[in-house]
Amino acid sequence: MKKLISPAPHIHSGDSVTRRMGYVILALLPAWGVSLWQFGLGALLVTAISVASCVLFEFLIQRFLLKKASTIGDLSAIVTGLLLAFNLPSNLPWWIIIIGALVAIGIGKMSFGGLGNNPFNPALVGRVFLLISFPAQMTSWPLPNQGFMHYMNAETGATPLAKIANGSLNISLNDLLIGQTGGSLGEVSAIALIIGAVFLLATGTIRYYIPVSILGTAAVFTAILHACGIGTDVLTQLLTGGMILGACFMATDYATSPMTKLGQIIFGVGIGIITVLIREFGIYPEGMSFAILIMNAVTPLLNRLTPRRFGAPKKKKQ
Amino acid sequence: MYTILYTILLLGGVGAFAALALFLTAKQFHVQEDSRIGDIEATLPNANCGGCGYAGCRQFAEACVSAGNLENKRCPVGGDAVMSQVAGILGIEATSGSPQVAVIRCAADCAKRPTTNTYDGAKNCKIANALYIGESDCPYGCFGYGDCKDSCQFGAISIDPETGIVSVDPEKCTACGACAKACPRHLIEIRHKGPKNRFVYVACSNKDKGAVARKACEAACIGCTKCQKVCEWDAITIENNLAHIDGDKCRMCRKCEQGCPTKAIHAVNFKPLER
Amino acid sequence: MKTFKIGGIHPHDNKLSAGRRFEQVPVPKEVIIQLNQHIGAPAIPIVEPGEEVKVGQLIAKANGFVSANIHSSVSGKVSKIDTITDAWGTRQQAIFIDVEGDVWMPDIDTSCKFKPTCNLSAEVIKQKIADAGIVGLGGACFPTHVKLNPPKEHAIDTLIINGAECEPYLTPNHRLMIEKGEEIMVGVQILMRALGVDRALIGIESNKQDAIDELDRIAARKEGIEVIKLKKKYPQGGEKQLIQALTDREVESGQLPSSVGVVVQNIATVFAVYEAVQLNKPLIEMYMSISGKEMEQNGNFCARIGTSVKDVVAMIGGMPENTGKIIAGGPMMGKAMIHIDTPVTKRTTGITFISAKSAPRFKASACIRCARCIQACPMGLEPYLLYKKALRQDWDFMEAHHIMDCMECGCCTFTCPSRQPLLDYIRVGKATVANNIRARKSNEK
Repeated sequence: MKKLISPAPHIHSGDSVTRRMGYVILALLPAWGVSLWQFGLGALLVTAISVASCVLFEFLIQRFLLKKASTIGDLSAIVTGLLLAFNLPSNLPWWIIIIGALVAIGIGKMSFGGLGNNPFNPALVGRVFLLISFPAQMTSWPLPNQGFMHYMNAETGATPLAKIANGSLNISLNDLLIGQTGGSLGEVSAIALIIGAVFLLATGTIRYYIPVSILGTAAVFTAILHACGIGTDVLTQLLTGGMILGACFMATDYATSPMTKLGQIIFGVGIGIITVLIREFGIYPEGMSFAILIMNAVTPLLNRLTPRRFGAPKKKKQ
Repeated sequence: MYTILYTILLLGGVGAFAALALFLTAKQFHVQEDSRIGDIEATLPNANCGGCGYAGCRQFAEACVSAGNLENKRCPVGGDAVMSQVAGILGIEATSGSPQVAVIRCAADCAKRPTTNTYDGAKNCKIANALYIGESDCPYGCFGYGDCKDSCQFGAISIDPETGIVSVDPEKCTACGACAKACPRHLIEIRHKGPKNRFVYVACSNKDKGAVARKACEAACIGCTKCQKVCEWDAITIENNLAHIDGDKCRMCRKCEQGCPTKAIHAVNFKPLER
Repeated sequence: MKTFKIGGIHPHDNKLSAGRRFEQVPVPKEVIIQLNQHIGAPAIPIVEPGEEVKVGQLIAKANGFVSANIHSSVSGKVSKIDTITDAWGTRQQAIFIDVEGDVWMPDIDTSCKFKPTCNLSAEVIKQKIADAGIVGLGGACFPTHVKLNPPKEHAIDTLIINGAECEPYLTPNHRLMIEKGEEIMVGVQILMRALGVDRALIGIESNKQDAIDELDRIAARKEGIEVIKLKKKYPQGGEKQLIQALTDREVESGQLPSSVGVVVQNIATVFAVYEAVQLNKPLIEMYMSISGKEMEQNGNFCARIGTSVKDVVAMIGGMPENTGKIIAGGPMMGKAMIHIDTPVTKRTTGITFISAKSAPRFKASACIRCARCIQACPMGLEPYLLYKKALRQDWDFMEAHHIMDCMECGCCTFTCPSRQPLLDYIRVGKATVANNIRARKSNEK
């Protein structure tokens, strides 16, 4: 038999893009379970439509527009679909979701050359596009616990963040933790999201620099503002809205976050500050998506920061 | 009413200021340049292939103007037509060069050159060359991973998907030499081409002794000197068990091709020989 | 437990042959001894065809300072000096010897007695090592006597012995430490004498606890020698990584280990030093492991240089039928061979067989910028970036991004989830940049 010849190394860790994406999907499942419990059929339908249309658009664009081999097997379209759904209210009409998916995959991802080349998180591109185009539908969140059979007919109400913005918050931290609040699909339960994030950290899918620096910065900044008499307290800030979802799942997206440790920390600090600024001083109650998109734009610049090099000559004291 | 007035005044003012600033800057940093450089650049093909030995067409034009003559300067892409125009701009006599073409001095496919192993690394000739001998026993032959094809700006090089043989289209080839530089095994020669894009060359670079070369590849030049003996024009030299046909001396009589026992001599754009 | 600070990966160590004692491979009928077995100029043959040689007799002389002597590993008659094609298809000059009997040079001590004391001066020791043709037996084959003569301006205070053997599958160093512990410790003392240092550190990875215990036991009786347990992490055996793990000193980019006062030697080299200095026995035998997951039996062997690798593999029933790849060395940095019909050289530290099923590379997909390669790179480089620039042939950029620091350990390619051939292209870049630098230097002159 003829022997194979290739340059070293001759073994591989066995890691693959599919496996990485699979881990992200697994990590998102607990939060998805909570949203099914809270929002019932609506959550199921929104997720199904979002994921299916993301995968379909990716397939169609690659097949007919770009005419290259399909990469839907790497599961990244499913991750985009899931994340997009997580950022939508569970009573969103189906056609808006499809538009969101088209923008996310078509503009957010494929127009830049597909996975790995997109400068902005595709799911967030889709979400922000919808938020600007359909502000009414995108900001009427159904209340939780209305029974299973509700989709577009669900009763709606304000989210905790909206309540904070107009100064009428009376919700216990317990509810925030397990998800007894209104809001987008994936952002309601802090505990479920943290379980997923721990899984991602444990499998080495993400590193802790980005989540920790985002949450840490947001906490410190909020505490300072709170001490000056502005805004809400730290725990509410961290547990409400898409803070944890954004910090652990959206900001850590491989292609759109910086690659070195220092870059990732700066990236996280930026997101933390911008989010709190928008939440406390902007007209939108939620600022996570905008903060991530803004810092995504800075990523190429942050990627110029080089990692600590072994044996770099030390600067001599003069 | 005042709003419109202020707007016009402000925008007009900003515009005027910017125009003045641009004007002054342009004046300040103006570089006096020989207009012939631009003229020559305009006549050049602007492929920026580097075939002339300069970084690009602009640099070539600068070199022509600063030297004032065309010694050792030739745009292989544009050929005589472009060079006579350049000479015209410089006001000097044009020198003509012979048309050239790139040839790949290996024509072994898998049928002629049995493989001894399978390469599984990145498909790149430089990587394979740094690693080992290649998939066959011939340490001189073509890998077929297409470094030359990637380096060609004119789409002149193609790789037959069936046989893996790399070939140059003499119509498209401008003899810029990029492929010759890209080939880690130095298989590509830039040589004279005759009328109707015809040329005769030895399609092998194997310097091993005849028996060794033949064992590795059926189409190898075995250095048997038959072609040298039959050539009436003294165009063929044999060095290190390998024949070479001097493109300038060759009259393309094809006697060498007829006699070659391994059919290593190829004649391009001729009718097939009747043997 | 100590380890180096930046990057690193954790491949499965697969030390399949760790529990098997060295077996002596019988002397073959004919040996083929290559003249180019080390880094530097090939040795110059000093024997003629037809000449009778004895075991240990000098048959090729070092050609210049960075080169090494080569000795006959058998006794018999030189049949020819000819070109052979090695396992990579490269043509090499080699001396062919037909074996007759087993007659050793008279000055070699073949009594098998352990000789613990050495009172020779540093100069004599270095000369003996140079005469014996000893090279670094970790695979790089850099002549040892050159390493023992560091630049004058570098003051050496520590000798480091590399027992990390971080490369998966390979076990010869592990076995040597267990079976020849006493000799190795004497070798360490000899090297300390040669360098004039009173401190030696032996770094051993934690997956070789029996070797750590053995050497620790002996080191307790010796002065200045310390055995240090290291975390299992690849590439711990990299010279700069090992120095950092053991001494916390960082060798600056482009500098020699001696710039931080350290000389590193490999375990097998130390054992060869013992044999050369105490027994006058030149480097004529190689200790190697032959292993693979598909092998019925794995083993460690001691073979005369010039024996066919095929004969060594035959000791455990030959190469498995379904072998897809043969690797000289371990799977991270070893070179894939076309066949095993090639002589053992000073480079042969082990042969690893990979089955046809697991040999082919995975198909690559697009880079997702996950930064795994950056995390893994022990030199703190950005492999993904160097790879992209190599594809675009932007050599100057690569040089500015310190591609010359790359030691080709393979961590980036190993860890890449997109399975890109990162190192393949980085090597091209490194070679090109090295050429550019050389060309620039010669232009300046």
